[in-house]
Amino acid sequence: MAEAPLISLRGVTKTYGTGATAFQALRGIDLDIAPGMFAAVMGPSGSGKSTLMNILGCLDVPTSGRFLFRGHAVERLNRDQRALMRRKYLGFVFQGFNLLSRTTALENVELPLLYRGDDRALRREAAMNALDQVGLKDWWDHTPAELSGGQQQRVAIARAIVTSPDVLLADEPTGNLDSERSVEIMKLLTDLNRAHGITVLMVTHEPDMAAFAQTVIHVSDGVIGRIEHNHHGAAEPVR
Amino acid sequence: MLGTVLLLALRSIRRHVLRSFLTVLGIVIGVAAVVAMVTLGKATTAAVQSQIAALGTNVLQVRPGQGFGRGGGGPRPPEFEMADVEAIRQQVTGVTNVAPQEPRAATAIFNGANWSTTITGTTSAYFAVQPWPLTAGRIFTPAEESAGKAVCILGSTVESNLFRSQPAVGQRMRIGDVSCDVIGTLSRRGQSGFGGDQDDTVLMPIKTVQRRFTGSPDVSSLTVGVDQSYSTEQVQSALTDLLRERRHLSPSQDNNFNIFDTKQISDTLTGTTTLLTRIVAAVAAISLIVGGIGIMNIMLVSVTERTREIGIRLAIGALAGEVLMQFLVEAIVLSCIGGLIGLLLAQVAVAIIAPLMQVPWMFDVEINMIAFGISAMIGVIFGYFPARRAASLNPIDALRHE
Repeated sequence: MAEAPLISLRGVTKTYGTGATAFQALRGIDLDIAPGMFAAVMGPSGSGKSTLMNILGCLDVPTSGRFLFRGHAVERLNRDQRALMRRKYLGFVFQGFNLLSRTTALENVELPLLYRGDDRALRREAAMNALDQVGLKDWWDHTPAELSGGQQQRVAIARAIVTSPDVLLADEPTGNLDSERSVEIMKLLTDLNRAHGITVLMVTHEPDMAAFAQTVIHVSDGVIGRIEHNHHGAAEPVR
Repeated sequence: MLGTVLLLALRSIRRHVLRSFLTVLGIVIGVAAVVAMVTLGKATTAAVQSQIAALGTNVLQVRPGQGFGRGGGGPRPPEFEMADVEAIRQQVTGVTNVAPQEPRAATAIFNGANWSTTITGTTSAYFAVQPWPLTAGRIFTPAEESAGKAVCILGSTVESNLFRSQPAVGQRMRIGDVSCDVIGTLSRRGQSGFGGDQDDTVLMPIKTVQRRFTGSPDVSSLTVGVDQSYSTEQVQSALTDLLRERRHLSPSQDNNFNIFDTKQISDTLTGTTTLLTRIVAAVAAISLIVGGIGIMNIMLVSVTERTREIGIRLAIGALAGEVLMQFLVEAIVLSCIGGLIGLLLAQVAVAIIAPLMQVPWMFDVEINMIAFGISAMIGVIFGYFPARRAASLNPIDALRHE
């Protein structure tokens, strides 16, 4: 990899609790994520993949080790600094969609822009663009209850990309969807990765979905097991 | 940031109209109760004060006997006489005027119509010690007073019952066996604070009443006007000394007359109604506090219910301070809306209840502002705890919350 990594982890550990009840979720992770990468993190439950994603998503801090984001050390940021990191550079997609209920798709998508302090016209335009990218422009005034699961996840993706983040973190994005919808969502993520150069980091336990990624990172017992590279260029999964 | 937070808070309130309404119901009722109670209380005080003002402010009523009425057994205390009137006016400092009164029941007759009323013999000083404007005509002249002329001034009840709509002034009528000229008519005063129609009266020169009706020089009561710059207490004690001397009371004897200070009654009654207003307002204020606790309860439930929402907001980059502000502003906006609805409700309640209580309608700016201020403060106080709880949530745990 000639390019400087976007994200770089060195010897990252995470321990929950202290003393006898302490549980070490991560036992020293070294990982580089290049810009424009589409990586899937796989592993059984309890392997530490969620902890890893929380640290990468600046939702949590490592107990020890280095975390460089664009060359800046971010492992000791405080709560508000991490919130600003998430606001500026990161987008999140969750398994449970996590849209605000009784809130239109448009208002859901413009929420991150509200916190960024953009004015109304700018918000509307950016949010409509994002909805257009996920193919839901005509559904902007529908609330989550009026949308299918696949559509809800698309709205969530629109919300994640509306701020033009460096990294899109997706935690089991297809976990609540049937296989057809899952493939649609994966295609959308692949498309965003390819066309817009957004780095995508995705946690999944489904090999079918991981197959969409260029890189599959296997985590077990708090360490990285092996890293696979798919040479299909993340176009079509090998079935 | 405040604009953003305000927008978020308003959106959240708009999306949960029923929940928001139930949240503020306590505030609405509390504010309405406090404002309505205090306003009605103040209106009652004002009504009592205006009734007492009708008796004349800064006047002392002097009657024979001890306390109210003439007393039970024992010899009848002596009445006053006209010499007392002069003596008081000249010898007691701070006295502006003294009006003697001698009432007597009599029948007034005009044009075949009869009306049983009370005639009161007095002097022109009567009009100086208390405000009671005439609607037509004039008061007694000194010549009429000293000569004991048969002239009379009619109260509005007597006037309307005998003369209907025709002018009374200038007419000749009969009172008992005495034929007299109507020289004036009095404006309407209404019921006295102690019941009884104050307008059912006929005023005549006291000399005329003494000569033609009672046949004695007695004066049964005195109304003493006190100069504004003197305290009624001061004048009352000087007056007591003078009357004791004039009525030859030894130091061991009790007063055989009593002095009634309308200012004292006014102060007492005003004090009583003000106290009652405060007690009722305090009870209503408790309901306002209960309303505030209601806001806190629902906000706390709301924080739990909205844990996932808070997690989403934190995950996409909301600062803890922004979440805190959003919940706080929500609580403040809610309680202010509740306060405003409560104020409206209170005005409606006052408009309905005031006529039933026979007190004047009023709008008291002060209590409305205080109540609104308190409702906003309740939002801050009872909204802070739930808001802080929301802001301190860990985004990872909050997102996992079902």
